[in-house]
Amino acid sequence: MKKLGKIYMGLVLMFLYVPIFVLIVFSFNESKSRSVFSGFTFEWYEKLFRNEIIISSLVNTIIIAVIASIVSTILGTLAAIGIYRMRKVPKAVIMNITNMPVINPEIVTGVSLMLLFVFFAARMNLEFGFVTLVIAHITFDVPYVILNVMPKFGQMNPHLYEAAQDLGCGPFKAFIKVILPEIMPGVVSGFLMAFTYSLDDFVISYFTSGSTSQTLPITIYSMTRRKISPEINALSTIIFVVVVLILVIKNFIESRAAKRGGGKGENA
Amino acid sequence: MKMKLFAAPYLVWMVVFILVPLIMVAVFAFTTDGGEFTLDNISDVGQYANIFVRSIWLALIATAICLVMAYPISFMLSRMEKHRQGTMLMIVMLPMWMNFLLRTYAWMTLLGNNGIINFLFGLVGLGPFKLINTQGAVVLGMVYNYLPFMILPLYSVMVKIDKSLIEAASDLGCGSVGVLFRVILPLSLPGITSGVTMVFVPAISTFIISRMLGGGSNLLIGDLIEMQFLGNSYNPHLGAAISLVLMVIILVIMTIMNQFSPDDQVLM
Repeated sequence: MKKLGKIYMGLVLMFLYVPIFVLIVFSFNESKSRSVFSGFTFEWYEKLFRNEIIISSLVNTIIIAVIASIVSTILGTLAAIGIYRMRKVPKAVIMNITNMPVINPEIVTGVSLMLLFVFFAARMNLEFGFVTLVIAHITFDVPYVILNVMPKFGQMNPHLYEAAQDLGCGPFKAFIKVILPEIMPGVVSGFLMAFTYSLDDFVISYFTSGSTSQTLPITIYSMTRRKISPEINALSTIIFVVVVLILVIKNFIESRAAKRGGGKGENA
Repeated sequence: MKMKLFAAPYLVWMVVFILVPLIMVAVFAFTTDGGEFTLDNISDVGQYANIFVRSIWLALIATAICLVMAYPISFMLSRMEKHRQGTMLMIVMLPMWMNFLLRTYAWMTLLGNNGIINFLFGLVGLGPFKLINTQGAVVLGMVYNYLPFMILPLYSVMVKIDKSLIEAASDLGCGSVGVLFRVILPLSLPGITSGVTMVFVPAISTFIISRMLGGGSNLLIGDLIEMQFLGNSYNPHLGAAISLVLMVIILVIMTIMNQFSPDDQVLM
Protein backbone atom coordinates (compact mmCIF):
# COMPACT_ATOMS: atom_id res chain seq x y z
CA MET A 1 0.00 0.00 0.00
CA LYS A 2 2.81 2.39 0.97
CA LYS A 3 4.64 1.60 -2.26
CA LEU A 4 1.52 2.16 -4.34
CA GLY A 5 1.14 5.57 -2.71
CA LYS A 6 4.68 6.53 -3.61
CA ILE A 7 4.20 5.46 -7.22
CA TYR A 8 0.98 7.48 -7.40
CA MET A 9 2.66 10.54 -5.90
CA GLY A 10 5.47 10.17 -8.41
CA LEU A 11 3.03 9.98 -11.32
CA VAL A 12 1.19 13.12 -10.21
CA LEU A 13 4.46 14.99 -9.78
CA MET A 14 5.44 13.85 -13.28
CA PHE A 15 2.15 15.17 -14.59
CA LEU A 16 2.85 18.50 -12.93
CA TYR A 17 6.48 18.87 -13.94
CA VAL A 18 7.01 17.15 -17.29
CA PRO A 19 5.32 19.93 -19.31
CA ILE A 20 7.52 22.54 -17.64
CA PHE A 21 10.68 20.53 -18.18
CA VAL A 22 9.83 20.00 -21.83
CA LEU A 23 9.52 23.78 -22.18
CA ILE A 24 12.88 24.24 -20.50
CA VAL A 25 14.64 21.65 -22.67
CA PHE A 26 13.25 23.10 -25.89
CA SER A 27 14.26 26.63 -24.88
CA PHE A 28 17.79 25.49 -25.78
CA ASN A 29 16.76 23.89 -29.06
CA GLU A 30 18.39 25.20 -32.20
CA SER A 31 15.42 24.68 -34.49
CA LYS A 32 11.87 25.81 -33.93
CA SER A 33 10.70 22.20 -33.76
CA ARG A 34 8.63 21.23 -30.74
CA SER A 35 9.49 17.55 -30.87
CA VAL A 36 13.03 17.04 -32.20
CA PHE A 37 16.03 18.41 -30.35
CA SER A 38 18.50 19.32 -33.07
CA GLY A 39 21.20 21.19 -31.23
CA PHE A 40 22.06 23.45 -28.32
CA THR A 41 21.71 27.21 -28.55
CA PHE A 42 21.22 30.36 -26.47
CA GLU A 43 19.69 32.13 -29.43
CA TRP A 44 16.17 32.38 -27.94
CA TYR A 45 17.50 33.89 -24.74
CA GLU A 46 19.41 36.53 -26.70
CA LYS A 47 16.31 37.28 -28.74
CA LEU A 48 14.27 37.49 -25.55
CA PHE A 49 16.58 40.05 -23.95
CA ARG A 50 16.62 42.11 -27.13
CA ASN A 51 12.83 42.05 -27.35
CA GLU A 52 11.85 45.55 -26.26
CA ILE A 53 8.15 44.76 -25.91
CA ILE A 54 8.85 42.00 -23.40
CA ILE A 55 11.33 44.05 -21.40
CA SER A 56 9.09 47.12 -21.26
CA SER A 57 6.04 45.08 -20.29
CA LEU A 58 8.07 43.36 -17.57
CA VAL A 59 9.11 46.75 -16.17
CA ASN A 60 5.50 47.88 -16.43
CA THR A 61 4.26 44.80 -14.58
CA ILE A 62 6.69 45.37 -11.73
CA ILE A 63 5.86 49.08 -11.42
CA ILE A 64 2.12 48.34 -11.37
CA ALA A 65 2.52 45.49 -8.87
CA VAL A 66 4.63 47.65 -6.53
CA ILE A 67 2.24 50.62 -6.62
CA ALA A 68 -0.89 48.48 -6.37
CA SER A 69 0.38 46.32 -3.53
CA ILE A 70 1.65 49.26 -1.46
CA VAL A 71 -1.54 51.28 -1.90
CA SER A 72 -3.76 48.27 -1.23
CA THR A 73 -1.75 47.32 1.88
CA ILE A 74 -2.25 50.80 3.36
CA LEU A 75 -5.89 51.00 2.28
CA GLY A 76 -6.64 47.45 3.42
CA THR A 77 -4.90 47.67 6.78
CA LEU A 78 -6.69 50.90 7.67
CA ALA A 79 -9.94 49.32 6.48
CA ALA A 80 -9.41 46.22 8.63
CA ILE A 81 -8.80 48.39 11.71
CA GLY A 82 -12.02 50.32 11.07
CA ILE A 83 -14.15 47.34 10.10
CA TYR A 84 -13.07 45.43 13.21
CA ARG A 85 -14.56 48.20 15.37
CA MET A 86 -17.90 48.21 13.61
CA ARG A 87 -21.12 46.66 14.80
CA LYS A 88 -22.20 43.27 13.52
CA VAL A 89 -24.53 44.23 10.68
CA PRO A 90 -22.44 46.88 8.88
CA LYS A 91 -19.41 44.63 9.39
CA ALA A 92 -21.17 41.69 7.74
CA VAL A 93 -22.38 43.84 4.83
CA ILE A 94 -18.93 45.28 4.16
CA MET A 95 -17.20 41.92 4.42
CA ASN A 96 -19.68 40.39 1.98
CA ILE A 97 -18.96 43.09 -0.59
CA THR A 98 -15.22 42.78 0.08
CA ASN A 99 -15.42 39.06 -0.63
CA MET A 100 -17.02 39.61 -4.03
CA PRO A 101 -13.83 40.08 -6.08
CA VAL A 102 -12.43 36.97 -4.38
CA ILE A 103 -15.45 34.76 -5.06
CA ASN A 104 -16.59 36.17 -8.40
CA PRO A 105 -14.98 34.77 -11.55
CA GLU A 106 -12.10 37.00 -12.60
CA ILE A 107 -13.71 37.62 -15.95
CA VAL A 108 -16.77 39.17 -14.26
CA THR A 109 -14.58 41.47 -12.16
CA GLY A 110 -12.63 42.43 -15.29
CA VAL A 111 -15.74 43.06 -17.35
CA SER A 112 -17.44 45.07 -14.60
CA LEU A 113 -14.41 47.35 -14.20
CA MET A 114 -14.20 47.71 -17.97
CA LEU A 115 -17.83 48.92 -18.05
CA LEU A 116 -17.03 51.47 -15.35
CA PHE A 117 -13.91 52.70 -17.13
CA VAL A 118 -15.71 52.96 -20.46
CA PHE A 119 -18.35 55.05 -18.70
CA PHE A 120 -15.69 57.38 -17.25
CA ALA A 121 -13.69 57.45 -20.47
CA ALA A 122 -16.71 58.76 -22.33
CA ARG A 123 -17.42 61.50 -19.80
CA MET A 124 -14.05 62.46 -18.36
CA ASN A 125 -10.56 62.50 -19.67
CA LEU A 126 -9.76 58.93 -18.73
CA GLU A 127 -7.80 56.71 -21.05
CA PHE A 128 -7.39 52.96 -20.80
CA GLY A 129 -3.82 52.23 -19.82
CA PHE A 130 -1.56 52.65 -16.83
CA VAL A 131 -4.10 54.40 -14.58
CA THR A 132 -6.95 51.95 -15.22
CA LEU A 133 -4.57 49.02 -14.70
CA VAL A 134 -3.38 50.36 -11.34
CA ILE A 135 -6.98 51.01 -10.20
CA ALA A 136 -8.04 47.52 -11.27
CA HIS A 137 -5.08 45.90 -9.52
CA ILE A 138 -5.70 47.80 -6.28
CA THR A 139 -9.34 46.74 -6.45
CA PHE A 140 -8.61 43.03 -6.59
CA ASP A 141 -5.64 43.31 -4.18
CA VAL A 142 -7.31 45.09 -1.24
CA PRO A 143 -9.67 42.22 -0.30
CA TYR A 144 -6.67 39.89 0.13
CA VAL A 145 -5.00 42.39 2.47
CA ILE A 146 -8.18 42.78 4.52
CA LEU A 147 -8.72 39.00 4.68
CA ASN A 148 -5.14 38.58 5.90
CA VAL A 149 -5.24 41.36 8.51
CA MET A 150 -8.74 40.82 9.98
CA PRO A 151 -8.02 37.46 11.68
CA LYS A 152 -5.10 39.06 13.55
CA PHE A 153 -7.56 41.26 15.46
CA GLY A 154 -9.45 38.19 16.58
CA GLN A 155 -6.24 36.81 18.08
CA MET A 156 -5.43 40.10 19.82
CA ASN A 157 -6.45 40.96 23.36
CA PRO A 158 -8.86 43.91 22.89
CA HIS A 159 -7.97 45.39 26.28
CA LEU A 160 -4.30 45.86 25.39
CA TYR A 161 -5.06 49.05 23.48
CA GLU A 162 -7.10 50.49 26.35
CA ALA A 163 -4.44 49.45 28.86
CA ALA A 164 -1.77 51.28 26.87
CA GLN A 165 -3.91 54.42 26.90
CA ASP A 166 -4.60 54.09 30.61
CA LEU A 167 -0.87 53.88 31.18
CA GLY A 168 -0.33 57.22 29.46
CA CYS A 169 0.00 56.46 25.75
CA GLY A 170 -1.81 58.80 23.38
CA PRO A 171 -4.17 57.08 20.94
CA PHE A 172 -1.67 57.36 18.09
CA LYS A 173 1.24 56.09 20.15
CA ALA A 174 -0.90 53.29 21.55
CA PHE A 175 -1.78 52.32 18.01
CA ILE A 176 1.86 52.25 16.87
CA LYS A 177 3.11 50.48 19.99
CA VAL A 178 0.33 47.97 20.59
CA ILE A 179 -1.92 47.32 17.62
CA LEU A 180 0.54 47.58 14.75
CA PRO A 181 3.04 44.97 16.06
CA GLU A 182 0.15 42.56 16.71
CA ILE A 183 -1.26 42.77 13.18
CA MET A 184 2.09 43.09 11.39
CA PRO A 185 2.33 39.40 10.29
CA GLY A 186 -1.08 39.76 8.62
CA VAL A 187 -0.06 43.01 6.96
CA VAL A 188 3.12 41.44 5.58
CA SER A 189 1.41 38.33 4.24
CA GLY A 190 -1.36 40.49 2.79
CA PHE A 191 1.20 42.65 1.01
CA LEU A 192 3.05 39.63 -0.40
CA MET A 193 -0.19 38.05 -1.58
CA ALA A 194 -1.30 41.30 -3.23
CA PHE A 195 2.09 41.66 -4.91
CA THR A 196 2.12 38.12 -6.34
CA TYR A 197 -1.51 38.37 -7.51
CA SER A 198 -0.65 41.62 -9.27
CA LEU A 199 2.42 40.16 -10.97
CA ASP A 200 0.48 37.13 -12.11
CA ASP A 201 -2.85 38.61 -13.13
CA PHE A 202 -3.91 38.23 -16.71
CA VAL A 203 -7.70 38.19 -16.97
CA ILE A 204 -8.55 41.44 -15.18
CA SER A 205 -5.59 43.27 -16.78
CA TYR A 206 -6.70 42.01 -20.18
CA PHE A 207 -10.03 43.81 -19.88
CA THR A 208 -8.67 47.01 -18.33
CA SER A 209 -5.38 47.64 -20.12
CA GLY A 210 -6.11 49.22 -23.48
CA SER A 211 -3.35 49.34 -26.06
CA THR A 212 -0.93 51.84 -24.50
CA SER A 213 0.10 49.97 -21.37
CA GLN A 214 0.76 46.23 -21.35
CA THR A 215 1.72 43.86 -18.58
CA LEU A 216 3.92 40.82 -19.06
CA PRO A 217 1.06 38.28 -18.97
CA ILE A 218 -0.72 40.24 -21.71
CA THR A 219 2.45 40.22 -23.81
CA ILE A 220 2.82 36.48 -23.21
CA TYR A 221 -0.76 35.99 -24.35
CA SER A 222 -0.21 37.85 -27.60
CA MET A 223 2.96 35.81 -28.15
CA THR A 224 1.07 32.54 -27.75
CA ARG A 225 -1.43 33.68 -30.36
CA ARG A 226 1.33 33.62 -32.96
CA LYS A 227 2.12 30.07 -33.90
CA ILE A 228 5.59 29.19 -32.71
CA SER A 229 7.89 31.40 -30.71
CA PRO A 230 10.62 29.63 -28.75
CA GLU A 231 11.26 32.88 -26.87
CA ILE A 232 8.28 31.90 -24.68
CA ASN A 233 10.18 28.73 -23.73
CA ALA A 234 13.17 30.84 -22.75
CA LEU A 235 10.95 33.18 -20.75
CA SER A 236 9.27 30.23 -19.00
CA THR A 237 12.66 28.84 -18.06
CA ILE A 238 13.76 32.13 -16.53
CA ILE A 239 10.49 32.53 -14.62
CA PHE A 240 10.69 28.94 -13.39
CA VAL A 241 14.25 29.43 -12.13
CA VAL A 242 13.28 32.68 -10.39
CA VAL A 243 10.27 31.02 -8.73
CA VAL A 244 12.36 28.07 -7.54
CA LEU A 245 15.00 30.42 -6.14
CA ILE A 246 12.45 32.54 -4.28
CA LEU A 247 10.70 29.50 -2.79
CA VAL A 248 13.96 27.86 -1.74
CA ILE A 249 15.14 31.05 -0.05
CA LYS A 250 11.74 31.49 1.63
CA ASN A 251 11.80 27.90 2.88
CA PHE A 252 15.35 28.34 4.14
CA ILE A 253 14.52 31.52 6.07
CA GLU A 254 11.37 29.97 7.52
CA SER A 255 13.08 26.79 8.68
CA ARG A 256 15.84 28.81 10.32
CA ALA A 257 13.28 31.02 12.04
CA ALA A 258 11.39 27.94 13.21
CA LYS A 259 14.58 26.42 14.64
CA ARG A 260 15.43 29.61 16.49
CA GLY A 261 11.93 30.30 17.79
CA GLY A 262 11.31 26.70 18.81
CA GLY A 263 7.61 25.84 18.39
CA LYS A 264 6.66 29.48 18.04
CA GLY A 265 6.57 29.52 14.28
CA GLU A 266 4.12 26.64 14.23
CA ASN A 267 0.99 28.78 14.34
CA ALA A 268 2.14 31.39 11.85
CA MET B 1 -10.12 59.24 17.81
CA LYS B 2 -12.80 57.22 16.09
CA MET B 3 -11.08 54.13 14.76
CA LYS B 4 -14.05 53.29 12.56
CA LEU B 5 -13.13 56.24 10.36
CA PHE B 6 -9.96 54.41 9.29
CA ALA B 7 -12.19 52.35 7.03
CA ALA B 8 -13.59 55.43 5.24
CA PRO B 9 -11.10 55.59 2.32
CA TYR B 10 -11.60 51.91 1.60
CA LEU B 11 -15.37 52.18 1.86
CA VAL B 12 -15.34 54.88 -0.83
CA TRP B 13 -13.05 52.70 -2.97
CA MET B 14 -15.24 49.66 -2.39
CA VAL B 15 -18.42 51.45 -3.44
CA VAL B 16 -16.88 53.03 -6.54
CA PHE B 17 -14.81 50.12 -7.81
CA ILE B 18 -16.54 46.98 -6.53
CA LEU B 19 -20.20 47.79 -5.96
CA VAL B 20 -20.90 50.30 -8.75
CA PRO B 21 -19.23 48.16 -11.49
CA LEU B 22 -21.30 45.14 -10.45
CA ILE B 23 -24.46 47.24 -10.45
CA MET B 24 -23.46 48.46 -13.92
CA VAL B 25 -23.27 44.85 -15.10
CA ALA B 26 -26.82 44.33 -13.86
CA VAL B 27 -28.02 47.61 -15.42
CA PHE B 28 -26.38 46.84 -18.77
CA ALA B 29 -27.92 43.38 -18.75
CA PHE B 30 -31.43 44.86 -18.56
CA THR B 31 -31.10 47.89 -20.85
CA THR B 32 -30.76 48.66 -24.54
CA ASP B 33 -28.19 50.97 -26.10
CA GLY B 34 -30.68 53.79 -25.69
CA GLY B 35 -30.97 53.11 -21.97
CA GLU B 36 -34.47 51.65 -22.02
CA PHE B 37 -35.45 48.65 -19.96
CA THR B 38 -35.47 45.35 -21.83
CA LEU B 39 -35.46 41.63 -21.21
CA ASP B 40 -34.12 40.86 -24.71
CA ASN B 41 -30.50 40.52 -23.57
CA ILE B 42 -31.39 37.94 -20.98
CA SER B 43 -33.59 35.99 -23.37
CA ASP B 44 -30.84 36.19 -26.02
CA VAL B 45 -28.58 34.31 -23.64
CA GLY B 46 -30.88 31.33 -24.32
CA GLN B 47 -29.43 31.05 -27.84
CA TYR B 48 -26.15 30.03 -26.29
CA ALA B 49 -27.60 27.28 -24.11
CA ASN B 50 -25.32 24.73 -25.75
CA ILE B 51 -22.23 26.73 -24.74
CA PHE B 52 -23.53 27.02 -21.18
CA VAL B 53 -24.19 23.29 -21.01
CA ARG B 54 -20.72 22.56 -22.42
CA SER B 55 -19.03 24.89 -19.92
CA ILE B 56 -20.85 23.44 -16.93
CA TRP B 57 -20.21 19.90 -18.15
CA LEU B 58 -16.48 20.35 -18.83
CA ALA B 59 -15.97 22.26 -15.58
CA LEU B 60 -17.78 19.52 -13.64
CA ILE B 61 -15.64 16.80 -15.24
CA ALA B 62 -12.46 18.75 -14.52
CA THR B 63 -13.54 19.36 -10.92
CA ALA B 64 -14.35 15.67 -10.41
CA ILE B 65 -10.99 14.59 -11.86
CA CYS B 66 -9.19 17.12 -9.67
CA LEU B 67 -10.99 15.84 -6.57
CA VAL B 68 -10.20 12.20 -7.31
CA MET B 69 -6.58 12.98 -8.18
CA ALA B 70 -5.98 15.37 -5.28
CA TYR B 71 -7.64 13.41 -2.49
CA PRO B 72 -4.97 10.68 -2.05
CA ILE B 73 -2.18 13.21 -2.61
CA SER B 74 -3.51 15.52 0.10
CA PHE B 75 -4.00 12.63 2.47
CA MET B 76 -0.48 11.32 1.95
CA LEU B 77 0.90 14.84 2.42
CA SER B 78 -1.02 15.28 5.66
CA ARG B 79 0.34 12.00 7.06
CA MET B 80 3.99 12.68 6.30
CA GLU B 81 6.49 13.63 8.97
CA LYS B 82 6.26 17.32 9.81
CA HIS B 83 9.58 18.40 8.34
CA ARG B 84 8.96 16.59 5.05
CA GLN B 85 5.43 17.99 4.74
CA GLY B 86 6.60 21.54 4.14
CA THR B 87 9.04 20.55 1.43
CA MET B 88 6.62 18.21 -0.33
CA LEU B 89 3.84 20.78 -0.21
CA MET B 90 6.19 23.30 -1.78
CA ILE B 91 7.09 20.88 -4.56
CA VAL B 92 3.42 20.16 -5.28
CA MET B 93 2.46 23.85 -5.29
CA LEU B 94 5.48 25.14 -7.20
CA PRO B 95 4.03 24.87 -10.73
CA MET B 96 1.16 27.10 -9.62
CA TRP B 97 3.64 29.95 -9.25
CA MET B 98 4.31 29.93 -12.98
CA ASN B 99 1.95 32.16 -14.87
CA PHE B 100 -0.99 30.05 -16.00
CA LEU B 101 -0.60 31.22 -19.60
CA LEU B 102 2.84 29.61 -19.67
CA ARG B 103 1.51 26.42 -18.11
CA THR B 104 -1.23 26.25 -20.70
CA TYR B 105 1.24 27.07 -23.46
CA ALA B 106 3.33 24.12 -22.30
CA TRP B 107 0.43 21.79 -23.07
CA MET B 108 -0.12 23.52 -26.39
CA THR B 109 3.35 22.47 -27.49
CA LEU B 110 2.99 18.98 -26.02
CA LEU B 111 -0.37 18.20 -27.60
CA GLY B 112 0.19 19.86 -30.97
CA ASN B 113 0.06 17.84 -34.18
CA ASN B 114 3.83 18.20 -34.43
CA GLY B 115 4.19 18.06 -30.66
CA ILE B 116 6.29 15.70 -28.65
CA ILE B 117 3.45 13.33 -27.71
CA ASN B 118 2.52 12.68 -31.31
CA PHE B 119 6.24 12.40 -32.12
CA LEU B 120 6.62 9.67 -29.51
CA PHE B 121 3.53 7.90 -30.86
CA GLY B 122 5.05 8.17 -34.32
CA LEU B 123 8.20 6.37 -33.16
CA VAL B 124 6.16 3.29 -32.36
CA GLY B 125 4.18 3.62 -35.56
CA LEU B 126 0.99 5.13 -34.14
CA GLY B 127 -0.87 8.30 -34.87
CA PRO B 128 -0.64 11.17 -35.35
CA PHE B 129 -3.68 11.64 -33.16
CA LYS B 130 -5.75 14.77 -32.97
CA LEU B 131 -4.98 15.76 -29.40
CA ILE B 132 -5.19 19.53 -29.41
CA ASN B 133 -8.39 21.42 -30.19
CA THR B 134 -10.52 18.77 -28.53
CA GLN B 135 -12.71 18.87 -25.44
CA GLY B 136 -10.35 16.42 -23.79
CA ALA B 137 -7.51 18.91 -24.18
CA VAL B 138 -9.62 21.62 -22.54
CA VAL B 139 -10.41 19.37 -19.57
CA LEU B 140 -6.75 18.41 -19.32
CA GLY B 141 -5.76 22.09 -19.27
CA MET B 142 -8.28 22.79 -16.51
CA VAL B 143 -7.07 19.84 -14.41
CA TYR B 144 -3.43 20.80 -14.89
CA ASN B 145 -3.99 24.45 -13.99
CA TYR B 146 -6.36 24.02 -11.06
CA LEU B 147 -5.21 20.77 -9.41
CA PRO B 148 -3.19 22.67 -6.75
CA PHE B 149 -6.36 24.62 -5.84
CA MET B 150 -7.89 21.29 -4.86
CA ILE B 151 -4.84 19.88 -3.08
CA LEU B 152 -4.29 22.86 -0.80
CA PRO B 153 -7.69 23.13 0.95
CA LEU B 154 -7.96 19.32 1.23
CA TYR B 155 -4.52 19.16 2.80
CA SER B 156 -5.19 21.97 5.25
CA VAL B 157 -8.30 20.18 6.54
CA MET B 158 -6.76 16.70 6.59
CA VAL B 159 -3.67 17.79 8.46
CA LYS B 160 -5.95 18.60 11.41
CA ILE B 161 -7.45 15.09 11.53
CA ASP B 162 -6.06 13.45 14.65
CA LYS B 163 -4.08 10.30 13.93
CA SER B 164 -5.56 8.61 17.02
CA LEU B 165 -9.07 8.94 15.55
CA ILE B 166 -8.04 6.78 12.61
CA GLU B 167 -6.28 4.32 14.93
CA ALA B 168 -9.30 4.18 17.25
CA ALA B 169 -11.59 3.40 14.32
CA SER B 170 -9.41 0.54 13.13
CA ASP B 171 -8.96 -0.74 16.69
CA LEU B 172 -12.73 -0.88 16.98
CA GLY B 173 -12.96 -3.06 13.91
CA CYS B 174 -13.25 -0.64 11.04
CA GLY B 175 -11.61 -1.83 7.83
CA SER B 176 -9.61 0.62 5.73
CA VAL B 177 -12.64 1.29 3.52
CA GLY B 178 -14.69 1.96 6.62
CA VAL B 179 -12.08 4.33 8.01
CA LEU B 180 -12.09 6.24 4.73
CA PHE B 181 -15.86 6.59 4.45
CA ARG B 182 -16.78 6.94 8.12
CA VAL B 183 -13.88 8.94 9.53
CA ILE B 184 -11.69 10.66 6.96
CA LEU B 185 -14.33 11.61 4.41
CA PRO B 186 -16.77 13.27 6.86
CA LEU B 187 -13.95 15.15 8.57
CA SER B 188 -12.52 16.41 5.27
CA LEU B 189 -15.88 17.64 3.92
CA PRO B 190 -15.13 21.35 4.46
CA GLY B 191 -11.93 20.87 2.45
CA ILE B 192 -13.85 19.16 -0.34
CA THR B 193 -16.44 21.93 -0.61
CA SER B 194 -13.89 24.73 -0.69
CA GLY B 195 -11.64 22.79 -3.08
CA VAL B 196 -14.56 22.15 -5.42
CA THR B 197 -15.49 25.84 -5.48
CA MET B 198 -11.90 26.90 -5.99
CA VAL B 199 -11.61 24.63 -9.05
CA PHE B 200 -15.13 24.93 -10.44
CA VAL B 201 -15.39 28.75 -10.49
CA PRO B 202 -12.23 29.42 -12.54
CA ALA B 203 -12.88 26.35 -14.71
CA ILE B 204 -16.40 27.36 -15.73
CA SER B 205 -15.37 30.94 -16.48
CA THR B 206 -12.07 30.43 -18.27
CA PHE B 207 -11.55 31.69 -21.79
CA ILE B 208 -7.82 31.16 -22.12
CA ILE B 209 -7.71 27.40 -21.70
CA SER B 210 -10.52 26.85 -24.18
CA ARG B 211 -8.93 29.21 -26.68
CA MET B 212 -5.40 27.83 -26.42
CA LEU B 213 -6.25 24.13 -26.15
CA GLY B 214 -9.79 23.92 -27.53
CA GLY B 215 -9.31 25.71 -30.82
CA GLY B 216 -12.26 27.68 -32.17
CA SER B 217 -14.82 24.92 -31.89
CA ASN B 218 -14.99 24.43 -28.13
CA LEU B 219 -16.17 27.85 -26.98
CA LEU B 220 -16.98 28.28 -23.31
CA ILE B 221 -18.96 30.93 -21.41
CA GLY B 222 -15.76 32.90 -20.84
CA ASP B 223 -15.07 33.08 -24.59
CA LEU B 224 -18.62 34.22 -25.17
CA ILE B 225 -18.27 37.06 -22.65
CA GLU B 226 -14.85 38.06 -23.99
CA MET B 227 -16.21 38.24 -27.54
CA GLN B 228 -18.96 40.65 -26.47
CA PHE B 229 -16.48 43.04 -24.89
CA LEU B 230 -13.21 42.80 -26.81
CA GLY B 231 -13.97 40.56 -29.75
CA ASN B 232 -15.63 41.02 -33.10
CA SER B 233 -19.21 40.87 -31.87
CA TYR B 234 -19.07 43.94 -29.63
CA ASN B 235 -22.23 44.00 -27.53
CA PRO B 236 -21.65 44.88 -23.86
CA HIS B 237 -25.36 44.53 -23.07
CA LEU B 238 -25.42 40.88 -24.12
CA GLY B 239 -22.00 40.39 -22.47
CA ALA B 240 -23.35 41.80 -19.21
CA ALA B 241 -26.40 39.53 -19.44
CA ILE B 242 -24.17 36.46 -19.95
CA SER B 243 -21.99 37.53 -17.00
CA LEU B 244 -25.06 37.91 -14.85
CA VAL B 245 -26.33 34.44 -15.77
CA LEU B 246 -22.86 33.03 -15.08
CA MET B 247 -22.86 34.63 -11.62
CA VAL B 248 -26.31 33.18 -10.88
CA ILE B 249 -25.20 29.68 -11.97
CA ILE B 250 -22.15 29.89 -9.71
CA LEU B 251 -24.25 31.21 -6.83
CA VAL B 252 -26.72 28.33 -7.19
CA ILE B 253 -23.96 25.72 -7.34
CA MET B 254 -22.15 27.23 -4.36
CA THR B 255 -25.37 27.29 -2.34
CA ILE B 256 -25.88 23.61 -3.11
CA MET B 257 -22.26 22.91 -2.13
CA ASN B 258 -22.64 24.77 1.15
CA GLN B 259 -25.53 22.50 2.13
CA PHE B 260 -22.94 19.76 2.54
CA SER B 261 -20.56 21.76 4.65
CA PRO B 262 -20.80 22.74 8.32
CA ASP B 263 -21.88 26.39 8.55
CA ASP B 264 -18.96 27.82 10.48
CA GLN B 265 -16.02 26.34 8.63
CA VAL B 266 -16.08 27.64 5.08
CA LEU B 267 -12.57 28.17 3.89
CA MET B 268 -11.70 30.64 1.11
